[in-house]
Formats: sequence, structure tokens, C-alpha cells
Amino acid sequence: MAQATFRVWRTDGSGGGAFKDYATEVTEGMVVLDAIHQIQAESAPDLAVRWNCKAGKCGSCSAEVNGMPRLMCMTRLNDLPLDQPVTVEPMQAFPTIKDLVTDVSVNYEQKKRIKPFQPKKPEADGTWRMSQADVDRVQEFRKCIECYLCQDVCHVLRDHHLHEEFVGPRFLVHAAALEMHPLDTADRTADLKKVHGIGYCNITKCCTKVCPEGITITDNAIIPLKERVVDEFYDPVKKLIQLVVRKR
Amino acid sequence: MAAPEEIDYDVLVIGAGGAGLRAAIEASSEGVKVGLVCKSLLGKAHTVMAEGGIAAALANVDDRDNWRVHFADTMRGGQYTNNWRMAELHAKEAPECVRELEGWGALFDRTADGRILQRNFGGHKYPRLAHVGDRTGLEMIRTLQDAGIHRGVAVHMETAIVTLLKDGDRVVGAFGYERERGRFVLFGAKAVVLATGGIGRAYSITSNSWEYTGDGQAQAYDVGAELIDMEYVQFHPTGMVWPPSVRGILVTEGVRGEGGVLKNNQGRRFMFDEIPANYKPQTADNPEEGWRYTQGDKNARRPPELLTRDHVARCIMREVREGRGSPHGGVFLDIAWIKEKLPNAAEHIKKKLPSMYHQFKQLADIDITAEPMEVGPTTHYMMGGVRVDGDTQMSTVPGLFAAGEVAAGLHGANRLGGNSLSDLLVFGRRAGRYAAVFAREHGTGKINPTDVDAAARHALEPFDRPSAENPYQVQHDLQKMMQDLVGIVRRQGEMEQALAGLEALKERAVKVAVAGNREYNPGWHTALDLHNLLTVSEAIARAAIDRKESRGAHFRDDFPDKDPAAGKVLTVLKKAPDESMQLRRDPIPEMPAELKLIIEEMK
Repeated sequence: MAQATFRVWRTDGSGGGAFKDYATEVTEGMVVLDAIHQIQAESAPDLAVRWNCKAGKCGSCSAEVNGMPRLMCMTRLNDLPLDQPVTVEPMQAFPTIKDLVTDVSVNYEQKKRIKPFQPKKPEADGTWRMSQADVDRVQEFRKCIECYLCQDVCHVLRDHHLHEEFVGPRFLVHAAALEMHPLDTADRTADLKKVHGIGYCNITKCCTKVCPEGITITDNAIIPLKERVVDEFYDPVKKLIQLVVRKR
Repeated sequence: MAAPEEIDYDVLVIGAGGAGLRAAIEASSEGVKVGLVCKSLLGKAHTVMAEGGIAAALANVDDRDNWRVHFADTMRGGQYTNNWRMAELHAKEAPECVRELEGWGALFDRTADGRILQRNFGGHKYPRLAHVGDRTGLEMIRTLQDAGIHRGVAVHMETAIVTLLKDGDRVVGAFGYERERGRFVLFGAKAVVLATGGIGRAYSITSNSWEYTGDGQAQAYDVGAELIDMEYVQFHPTGMVWPPSVRGILVTEGVRGEGGVLKNNQGRRFMFDEIPANYKPQTADNPEEGWRYTQGDKNARRPPELLTRDHVARCIMREVREGRGSPHGGVFLDIAWIKEKLPNAAEHIKKKLPSMYHQFKQLADIDITAEPMEVGPTTHYMMGGVRVDGDTQMSTVPGLFAAGEVAAGLHGANRLGGNSLSDLLVFGRRAGRYAAVFAREHGTGKINPTDVDAAARHALEPFDRPSAENPYQVQHDLQKMMQDLVGIVRRQGEMEQALAGLEALKERAVKVAVAGNREYNPGWHTALDLHNLLTVSEAIARAAIDRKESRGAHFRDDFPDKDPAAGKVLTVLKKAPDESMQLRRDPIPEMPAELKLIIEEMK
């Protein structure tokens, strides 16, 4: 069987780090995560990697393969050029803890800052009625597996490190899922502008491109939220009326 | 060595899948201080992979459904060895738990009149599974996770427990380590809820992730709790079989619920060949009736593909063994055929089974709307585990509770699909509530520092050993042995061989050495999990040897029939004073007359 070389980033998280090459056997149907596990069992037992489901459902094994943010469990080796080394690195937008494992705790903190779901009152029988069409729209966002690849690729976070000012695409999707939920009554528009920094997004759509769940993050989640913010805070007619009212 | 800092909670919940999250939310709403420990990041536990749905007799799709039918279905599926009290509570409380989830933001698929849609599943008489396409588990865990973080639950992610700690008879805390930095952590707790899931990693072909190493079962056993039903390991009939790297990954029963059929290499629907007597009256006797059932015809009976998982798995094994299998040692599961029945079948399949479509497309180059899948049995679920009180979920050790897969009783000898998610909600809630009550009624226990020192020393031993055994290799050898010798079809001699093999593996396990340091070191983590895997494997083997009959998921080639006498007892395992594993048989408590009546009525 064929051998391939994997150029894996090794670090103990203290600042330094280096790529190390590992050769391992490649068999039919293998994905990058299989190769990493094989390397772990054969020659690098302490190679750190997160994973769980191995089927693209849990979003644990996010990394950068040949420079692209990917789930390692869904990246087939036969889709990669194996005549050259396959580079595997941790996500760059987050601090590295060890090898391929990054500190993604900032994401869990961000989520806490978003106003939780507040349902309207149920009907007399204690349940709610919703149409499938209304549910469909939100289910797209609820497909998110929280792999944070969208956060990884977003230049506001990756290059400008504005984690404090900008929640990032994952949490705009989360906010959209809540805002467009047929039962939700909370209003997050002011927060989106003032706390979550939605204005930082300049719609480069990189997040949409890397989403392994195929969520149309920019068009379906972020732009409608931006429109809500604009309606609320930048409506020229509203502004004019406010101006007139204030003058009196 | 310096003692780790102690963090105190009223209730400590170990495990953050559906049961753990639900328990933590409930305990927190009771007003006590709650800590939640999870081995992975929050929201990644196995619940996330559940596909089909949550079984609850909401009666939204078929108004003949009610808790009594659900109860009878669960008991029939479990071959009447279930804890009937749990089956009763589960059937009664599941609808309310599903509605509660909706109140926290879960968005289920809808019926035409806007209510929660329910789908057919194996062993359920009526369409009963509330679902979201084929990603119900994700919807459930995310809903619980998002509800939990706003309800004051303190979460310790990527933290693994090594041992539970006792004060006299009572569990009063737990000792473990943070995976990221390798630091030890000590939790003091007035009550502990185990919600650690299953044991799938004891086998080589499994739908379970690395986490499912029987931690809760083994740690409860180590502090004196009783385990029951350990012989009942569910092999899900449909796991992927090709390519090798995805072998074992689950293919939801929802495929069959939507009309998918099983065929052998001669194109025969072999499930019609053998229908168990107790299911005959409710099973279709021709393909047309089966199809009508999947399309919601209330007068049709279910197709044999939707018989219970144990039976379907064995039929698949039979086809493979007798040379009628698919090229890679499975059989064919075909949903693409429905194009003969439905216009836009391809779109329909993608809409109903989106993640199955992507899973096969991306991992196996198979388009399930056009060609059949290859599937075969995969280790999926542990019916057995910690023996608990049906109402409170407390184990036989005071202060120690268990809920979800780690607990035993609800499912008896075989679990119905969809009953696990409802199990997590119903009994997670109960465990959380009664753990909080226990915590309020009991003071803080005293943790013995010697116990902590011993646990810490023990945990660090693999670093000090000369490199002798590789933990990955020991784990691999254990998995292979369990797969070969204590798998779907069991024989006395093979299982005795497995017991001897386990002794040898135990000796190797105490010689494993790990390289590197304590920071995020998967070799070390694998080494520490070995004790748990070995404990549950021994429990499975001993219970399976003792049960000299075939019942539910437990199939003995040398005793292929049911033994009515054996059906009246539970296999109980407990640690003896000399540390050996002791087995005894306890009679199953008599069922109250009103429950017996329900079962008679529904026969």
C-alpha cells in the first residue's frame, strides 16, 4: 500500500513549535483524522488531537489541512495530493494548547453574552403551533455543529484578534436562530450593534465557504441581522422624524 | 505531592450528554450548587450523534397512542426483564419532557397542523419519535446546553474523573484530571450523578467515540455499587461497513422508518424470512403493506425491517454467514428504491435523511438516492449498567445516582430505538431532582486525603514505568478479543477464553507506559481508561456466561432459545471484599396487577 507524509504541527503551547514529518500507510477511504490516529498509535503516542464522532456531527476535530480550515474526519485523503506532504496545523484564530488542540474557551464565553431564548406563551393546551416553513428557516442555523471553523477563518478574529469586540460568525448564526425562532420574543438588535459588533463583518463570506454543514452564514444569517440593525438605528426617515421631534 | 485544590458542589454531575445536562439543569432549578464535568468540550457528547428521534406518546400523528402503548412496547422490546417502574415512569413522563425541550427552544419537524411531527421506528406500534430530520440528538444537546449555561451550572470541560471518593458508605466526591493541562482536580459533593454513557470502546466495531470506555459503570462498581444486565449489549443492525476507516459509524434506523429495505446479494428482502412469534400479529406479511405503513397508513402493519434491533442484527449476521452478504461483509440497505413509489424521491430522501446523505456521499462515495448502502451490525448501546431505584435513580450506594446509558433497567434485554433520548430526559430530570433532595438532606462529607493521594499516585504511574506496553496496543487487543469472543453470537468456550484473556490483559494494563508530559496527552488518557474498559468487559463476559439462554440482545449459539426461568432473574455483579467480581441472580420484582393488565391487553 501507498505511504504518505503528514507534516504535523507539534508544540507544547509554550510559544514555540515546529512541523514534524510522519510517514504512514494510506488505505482506501481514509480521512486525515485516521492518519493522525495511526501516527498516534505508531510513533507519536502523545500527539494531541480532539475528536469524537468521526462522522462530521460533533465538530471536534477542526484543524487546517494544507492551509484550509477543515474537519479532519471529513477530509478524504484521496482528495488531497499525496505526492507531497499533507500539512496539518491547529486553527490559527485561537491560542494553541498542544499540537492540534486549541483553546476555544472564548467561544463558550461569547455564547453566554447572547440573550437566551424567551418563548411566547403557549396556546391553551400548553403547546405551540408552528408551520414547517417557519421552522425550516431556523433549522438551517440549528444545523451548526460548533466546530468554530467560521470563527477560525474570519479575518476580524484571525488577523485582527477582535474577540472582545466581535462575536464572530458562529454567534451571529446563533443570534439569527434565536431572532428568527417562531416562538422567541426577545429583542437582540441593540446588542448586535453595541455588544456583538455586527458592524465589523464586511461580508467577505469566508465563513460560508468553510462551513462543513453548508450553512449560508452570510446571506441567510448575518445580512438579515444587519438589516434589522440598520432598520433600528440607521433608518433615514426615522432619523428625520427624531430630529424634528427633538427640535420642537 | 501537593494536594489539588478542592472544588465543592452540592451536586456534581459527571457527563454532559443529554442525561447529564438535564440532571444539571434540574438540580440547579432546585436551588442547589451544581458542577458539571465533561470529558470532551461541552456539546460534543454522544447525544450529538443520535439521529432518529425521541420516543414519546404525544399522539400527534396517531391519536391511538398513549403511555400505556408506549409502556407495553418498551416491555415487549426488553423481553419483560425491564425495571417495570422505570418503563412506566418513562412512558408517562416522556411527552412532558419533549414539550419542555420545545419550551427551551428546540425546533422539531412539524405536522401539517403545526404540532410536533412523529416518525415510525422499530418496535414502536405507532409513529412516536419526535425528530429533526436525522439530527435529533444535535437539536437536543444544543437546546440543553444553551439552557444549562444560563441556569448557573458550573461547567468543567475536558475533565475526566479517575475515581469516586467515599466517606463511610456514602459517595462524597470525585477525583480526576483536566485533560488540557493535566492538572488534578478534586470535587467535593453531597451527591454525585453519573451520566457517563456507554461502553462501546470495549469492541472494535462500534458507533461510539473514544469517550465511551465504561467509566461510570466501572467507577460505580469500584465503590461498591451493583451492576445489572451487563450481558445485554446492543449491536445496532446498521453501521457502515465500507471503507474500513468508517466501519461501525451509525446508519440511522430512520432510513428504514422512511421506507428503506434490507436485501441480500441475491436481491431478496430476507427480513420476511423469519419473523418472531410475538411480533407476528403486528408485522406486515408483504412488501406492499410494509410500504404503506411507512407512509402513514394506519391500517397497515410495520415491515419486518422495523423489528427490534437484536433480531434485525442477527438476521443480517445470518445472511453474511451463509454467504449471501454484500462484497464487504454486510448486507444492502436500499432507500433509493422508493423512487418507484414517490415522485421527487431523491429530494425527499435528502430532506428526510440529510446527514445520512452527506455521510455516505462524503465518506463512502455512495449516493444513497441512487444506490444501496452496505451495512452491518455495530456495537451501539449498553442496556446494562448501574442498578438504580426506579423513582430516584439512586444506585445501591448512598449519594451516588445514575441516569441515561450508564444506568440500567429501563430497556431490559433490548432497547427500542428512540427510547434512549427520552430516557436521558426523563431520568436525567429525576436524577437531578433527587440528587438535589439528597444534597439538601445531607451535610458535606469528609474526603480522606489518603484516598486522594493514592488516586493521584496511581494516575501518574504510567509516566514512571519503563516503556513496556503501549496503551493503544492493549486497548486494541482488548477490543479485538471482545469483538471476537463476546460479540453478537456467543458461545460458552469462547467466553471462558475471553475471561482468561482479560486476566492477561489486566496484567499488561498495569505495565503500560506513556511518553511525554501531562499536558493533553492522549496516550496517558488511554492508559487511564484501560481499567474501566477491563472492568466492564469482565462484567459483560461474566454475565453473558451465566445467562444460559438467548434473550433480546444476548444471543447464545449453544442456548438459542429463551428459558422462562432465566427470564425471571437479573444478573447482578458486585465487587467482593477480596476485590474479585461476584455474580448473583436476583429475582425480578413482581409487576403490579394494573401494569400486567396493560401488557395482557396489548399482546
